[in-house]
Amino acid sequence: MTTAATRGRLFLGLALCLAVLLIVLFLSLALGARQVALGTTLEALFAPDAGNADHRVIRELRIPRTLLGLVAGAALGLAGSIMQGLTRNPLADPGLLGVNAGASLFVVLGITWFGIAGTTGQVWLAFAGAAVATVIVYAVGSGRAGATPISLTLAGSAVTAAMTSIITLLLLGNLDTLNQYRFWAVGSLVGRDLEALLALAPFLAVGLVLALSLGRMLNVLALGDDLASGLGQSVLRTRVLSAVAVVILCGCATSLAGPIVFVGLVVPHLARRITGPDYRWILAFSLLLGATLLVAADVIGRLVVLPGELEAGLVVAFVGAPVMIALVRGSRLGAL
Amino acid sequence: MDLRATDLSLSYDGDRIVEGLDLEIPSGDITVIVGPNACGKSTLLRGLARLMRPDAGLVTLGERDIHSINSKQLATWVGLLPQQPIAPEGITVADLVGRGRYPHQGLFGQWTAADEAAVTHALTVTDTLDLSVRRVEELSGGQRQRVWIAMALAQDTDILLLDEPTTFLDVAHQIEVLDLLHELNATRGTTVVMVLHDLNLAARYADHIVVMAGGSIVTSGEPRAVITAETVTSAFGLECVVIEDPLYGSPLVVPRGRFHPAG
Amino acid sequence: MSASIVRDTRLAKRRRELMVCAVLAAIALALALLGLVVGAYTVALPDLLATLVGQGSAKDNFIVLQLRLPRVTIAIVVGIAFALSGALFQALFSNPLASPDIIGITTGASSAAVAAILILGLSGLTVSLFAFVGALAVATAIYLLSSSGGASSYRFVLVGIAFAFLLHGVLGYLLTRADVRDAQGALVWLVGSLSGTRWVDIAVAGAGVAVLLPVVALLAPRLRVLQLGDSSASGLGVRVAPVRLGLLTVAVALAAVGTAAVGPIAFVAFVCGPIARRLLRTGGTGLVASALVGVVLVLGSDFAAQHLLGDTQVPVGIITGAVGAPYLLWLLARANRTRGDS
Repeated sequence: MTTAATRGRLFLGLALCLAVLLIVLFLSLALGARQVALGTTLEALFAPDAGNADHRVIRELRIPRTLLGLVAGAALGLAGSIMQGLTRNPLADPGLLGVNAGASLFVVLGITWFGIAGTTGQVWLAFAGAAVATVIVYAVGSGRAGATPISLTLAGSAVTAAMTSIITLLLLGNLDTLNQYRFWAVGSLVGRDLEALLALAPFLAVGLVLALSLGRMLNVLALGDDLASGLGQSVLRTRVLSAVAVVILCGCATSLAGPIVFVGLVVPHLARRITGPDYRWILAFSLLLGATLLVAADVIGRLVVLPGELEAGLVVAFVGAPVMIALVRGSRLGAL
Repeated sequence: MDLRATDLSLSYDGDRIVEGLDLEIPSGDITVIVGPNACGKSTLLRGLARLMRPDAGLVTLGERDIHSINSKQLATWVGLLPQQPIAPEGITVADLVGRGRYPHQGLFGQWTAADEAAVTHALTVTDTLDLSVRRVEELSGGQRQRVWIAMALAQDTDILLLDEPTTFLDVAHQIEVLDLLHELNATRGTTVVMVLHDLNLAARYADHIVVMAGGSIVTSGEPRAVITAETVTSAFGLECVVIEDPLYGSPLVVPRGRFHPAG
Repeated sequence: MSASIVRDTRLAKRRRELMVCAVLAAIALALALLGLVVGAYTVALPDLLATLVGQGSAKDNFIVLQLRLPRVTIAIVVGIAFALSGALFQALFSNPLASPDIIGITTGASSAAVAAILILGLSGLTVSLFAFVGALAVATAIYLLSSSGGASSYRFVLVGIAFAFLLHGVLGYLLTRADVRDAQGALVWLVGSLSGTRWVDIAVAGAGVAVLLPVVALLAPRLRVLQLGDSSASGLGVRVAPVRLGLLTVAVALAAVGTAAVGPIAFVAFVCGPIARRLLRTGGTGLVASALVGVVLVLGSDFAAQHLLGDTQVPVGIITGAVGAPYLLWLLARANRTRGDS
């Protein structure tokens, strides 16, 4: 249990993270291919002038992508923490465990077979796909020893490969779908409209509230199924609620920003380093850190290959893969 | 040939486990290494089996450094049964025992009449001949251990090293395995070196006991001389009384704890 | 039990292996003939035989020797290459899920090839070279990064997966930077296709496989011992680290050769090993059988890819993916459950 002193320290840390997030958000509005003075950025936020080109860039391009990064990053960070708590797997990440691939597959199926291009339709497809993939990966990856990290990760990879090949099949025949899909598939915060975000807001709200309420249950689950049952917790209920939260959060994030890997992996580990093993704190920090990470990645992507851009998803991959490798190297595999 | 460790130091993951250890394994005897958890007995065995490179010191077989001997050649002299050996899925007993012939086989693994004879003999001696078509994964713990010993036998070596061969077996199977090893030693003169947890079984079956603690040898010698209350207390930190085994006359350790039965 | 039981069981096992391999070879032969005979223009069997001995008409010669025979030949070569690669990986890591497709090695080949096509504008044999080097580079990187403190197989696989996802990101990026038609052309490199293979590609791939096969034969007995665990293998005189590395190198080289020739044909490496072992039921490594299963799979899938969907020609990787994916998932679910306990 966290003592009063530790709790105080953690609140401070939370406030600090929030401050960092706000700074990053501001940078996201201020920085980019188009040079804009900091003062102008503030103006654009609080006293917008419709005629000013700079203001328009900020309001129409940068605010949407910043918000998108904020929301998707927070959702992925939370989802990753929940997955890691649920599966007791330090390598759990919605992308690694096939959730993204499932969402993508169903979205592509929707576009190709049913011509569903609208956001709400896509969101429901993304949910369905995420759910199906989660079930398959869990079923396939659960062996005699339960769902060990290695078997889950491998199952996730296999399912991702399976679904990607079906996606490729659909794309090969259809130039138009390919053209739409390849930009979505990269994990970019650009070119989505805020309407999508508004449409998803209720789902996100539900997912968020559900996720943040899981902290205590995840703490108990971390002790092992048998022990958790012995302590009076319904393991099944925790599992189902967690899975629902993950599906909602990932479904939203993926349909907004495309499939992004590694955010869900890296953020919980960062959070855990600050907070220790208490999931109530881990979830709170994951939310802030996830948003910060994704928005920061987007900013970096705008700056490193000027005048071009690297998508946020790719930047995160370049950061996340080494982190995963470092995690694998540094761990005693008995723990995995 | 004599297996000997001279001033041997072994590390695992950067931690020094065994320090400056000297040990001579008497040829043709059963030597048992005992000691508390994490005293380095398994590490020592692995060092003797050439699974680890020493930080310092030597392990020699007949005056030659084992690390300088060709590995296949060494495998015809020293056989190893590690802890929790892995049997590939679906493998039959005969197949598994057959793989023990690898050190004797040519470049492409051709099977010869000598191989067949050795495998048949190994199966017969371990009383597993009628299990030979069965899959290893279907066998009981005791049967499986016998099969692994058969594989080591098919290897046809003078020295056999076993790392905790009885730890996961029930009492009946433990006796079964140890009886088999004793018989092998008596009939074929195989030098047996094994790590055991159970002091009493060690005392019963060993010709020579080596007691380890904290990475070095506390004492070694005949069971009767070594398994005493003083040794057990100093090595294990356990109060006990040592009496004579009513069946076999070997030392029997009766541990004293804090519990006192009522009445 | 008679004392000759050891010999009897051995002979029975041998007999079964030979029978399974013979049947597989027969099926492969039938499929090959089918591939040569059937098509938009059917070549009658006697005409086919005449062409093969150099006595055919000019038209038959063109169709068979320039169009169909290359395709059938490369199918056989890469079928062997991918299947063996997968079987070796699975045996090395004692895990049916470890496969060059999953752990980023073929993705490395694809990325290098796609980069060569889309960025450098290359084509032909040079692209294949890039693919080959890409696979080797990724495998080396994975090996080096996973080797700290003893190359644990879990580490290798997990680092490989990290690479796979990273490279997928890179691939996605490359696909967005190109013209959409170029991107569609490059997609083929993500899936694997046998069409348009030239004799020079076949020669290179064939030579590669021919060099690697004897090495596999040499290492196979050591692999059988390795499967008993590193400690037991060491006790039996196998030098574990060098043999592991050697087997890994051969397996990667086989996958690289295959991918360089035709792109990553999905799932062939994955499923051939398990299928072969299921057919053999002897608990051996089943390398020869795996190779033959690979040949049958690729030949059959290519035939289906060309003829099953009417006029549309589909890359062979799609068929293997469509067949392989569900089968794989079923295999995995079963493998995880039926593993015996002590």
